[in-house]
Amino acid sequence: MHRWFEATLIAVATFVALPAAGQQSPAAGQFPATYRAPHMADGHPDLNGIWQAFVTANWDIQDHEALPGPHPEIMGAYGAGPPGQSIIEGGGEIPYQPAALQKKKDNFAKRMTVNVSKDETWHQTGDPELKCYMPGVPRATYMPYPFQIVQGSGNYILIAYQYTSATRSIRLNTKQEAPTPSWMGWSRGHWEGETLVVDVTGFREETWLDRAGDFHSDELHVVERYTPASPYHMMYEATIEDPKVYTRAWKISFPLYRRMEKNLQLLEFKCVPFTEVLLYGDFVKQTAK
Amino acid sequence: MNRRFHIGLSILAAATAAWIAPLASGQAPAGTPKPAPAKVAAKATPRGATVKLTTPWGEPDLQGVWNDATSTPLQRPNGVTDKDTLSDEEAAQFQDKLAFDLTRDRRDGVGTVADVNRAYNEHWMDSRRLKITPDRRTSLIIDPPDGRIPPRVTLSPERQKVRAERGAAADRFNAGLPASYTDMSLPVQCIIRSDDPPYLPNIYNNDFQIYQSPGIVAVAPEMIHSARIIPVNGQPHLPKNLKQWLGDTRGHWDNNTLVVETTNFRTDPGVVYQNANPETFSITERFTRTGPRTLDYEFTVADPTTWTRPWTARIPWVKIDPEEQMYEYACHEDNYDMVHFLSGARAREKKAGGDIPLNQSNAAPRFGEP
Repeated sequence: MHRWFEATLIAVATFVALPAAGQQSPAAGQFPATYRAPHMADGHPDLNGIWQAFVTANWDIQDHEALPGPHPEIMGAYGAGPPGQSIIEGGGEIPYQPAALQKKKDNFAKRMTVNVSKDETWHQTGDPELKCYMPGVPRATYMPYPFQIVQGSGNYILIAYQYTSATRSIRLNTKQEAPTPSWMGWSRGHWEGETLVVDVTGFREETWLDRAGDFHSDELHVVERYTPASPYHMMYEATIEDPKVYTRAWKISFPLYRRMEKNLQLLEFKCVPFTEVLLYGDFVKQTAK
Repeated sequence: MNRRFHIGLSILAAATAAWIAPLASGQAPAGTPKPAPAKVAAKATPRGATVKLTTPWGEPDLQGVWNDATSTPLQRPNGVTDKDTLSDEEAAQFQDKLAFDLTRDRRDGVGTVADVNRAYNEHWMDSRRLKITPDRRTSLIIDPPDGRIPPRVTLSPERQKVRAERGAAADRFNAGLPASYTDMSLPVQCIIRSDDPPYLPNIYNNDFQIYQSPGIVAVAPEMIHSARIIPVNGQPHLPKNLKQWLGDTRGHWDNNTLVVETTNFRTDPGVVYQNANPETFSITERFTRTGPRTLDYEFTVADPTTWTRPWTARIPWVKIDPEEQMYEYACHEDNYDMVHFLSGARAREKKAGGDIPLNQSNAAPRFGEP
């Protein structure tokens, strides 16, 4: 390429990137103070769209350095985990009870240990994400996959996640309790001004919060808040409590980004076929392997 | 958490052969509990009747939780009747007979495989599946007029090979000797279950929740937990090289009817209905609200390399919310049977000191693929 052409390109690019006179690029965490989202006919903000988080909390909710994968001899840099900052408000750590902190460490040590030879050991070790199990809440929100909100005029809002085609139905303005524990929990929603507040209970204890072994019990209670912050952003906050595991309630927050690609749609990530050799390979007939 | 409940569900769900119960002949043996006599409820919805219920943004409103259970068989039973629609009296008899054949609380044939399969008794089943459609049809298929799936064309050698391989895998599975997880059907593996079109009634979990937003209709079948998100806003189909288990779905409104076309199915055997050819299979579904609590679901499938002509079925859906709701259906998460099936087969081979020929497997006939 000719040098003059490169120089021109750079000059043009610099010009285009310059903010208009009198404007500045927004500081991190600073959204338009006066933003008000378009509203649906029922008067509530329109949250429809395909959204995605760009934090690395799926690897570790807390501050974390880049890490090699568990099998660098096979996976090289493919298996490595990206670095990232804590999504816990104030940048702190999860307030574990002492025994629970040990369990987190054990979880991490055995995050890729899978033993399905007995029903009793089925869920004891291994990250559920590794096994393609439904990820639970709030993890589904910050996995590195998009999700789609379908909000209409009924009493339900659908959130469809790309990861393992997991879904959850947010039941608006109901007092009904969870009929039985479930992987994605029992979500009851209501509006507080411009914010969709979702109270989630009725979890199964088997889901994890990240690949670092962070976990909860069946007494997990999550209160999520979805607040439009710009045409392209929505703030996500979740207060997390679990009297069996943590010493107090704690809170995470991060922005969600609207996916803007033309003709984008939520493609399938049905991951069961990707886990079968890991889960069931030991039981395959040798000649058939 | 009650694990047993989940085990039971997954075994039950594996009983795919039972999903389409054959219409047995004969009267109830003496002493067998007889289901309550049928009351054929509600008059038929007049064909072509629709009701205009619209969303605040002006599209037909299909939102809600719907149930499609019925005892009316997909294909008109041979020898039962030549009629496509029955009188009141005939309908009551037809419904009684179907209900008797389908009920899992009957105890005739003690000691037979059929009776053992009824260990999953009516407690687990959708009781709505014991009633025929309100319009008293004798088959869900409305075209061809004989209410039967059209004859197959002569399959190409490649198709025959694919089907033979799938059949051999099913034979190993049915003999209790699956070699690998890939010998299990896609529903048994919990990859796709009843979430791929066409939607047909099952023994349970016949619920569908429809969500809508401007330009989008999402259909979430209870079994499994996926949602089919259908753009109805003119968004183009995916390019042909991008295939999915549930295909790629687009919809448009034809007056009051949502017309849905699905393409781009993956080519794995068993992905599309009746193991048709995913590369030549096409499906059009039509969702029409016929009343505040009713919706007609109609589908037309065609595959010139499988059937001699396209065929169409219509299934009435009934709105069940807010009285009833849909709950999460987990499948793969507790699919203990995968290991039970495989480790059982390996244990039998070990005991036998090597391969067990299928014709000597001595396995009771079990849950098979249709």
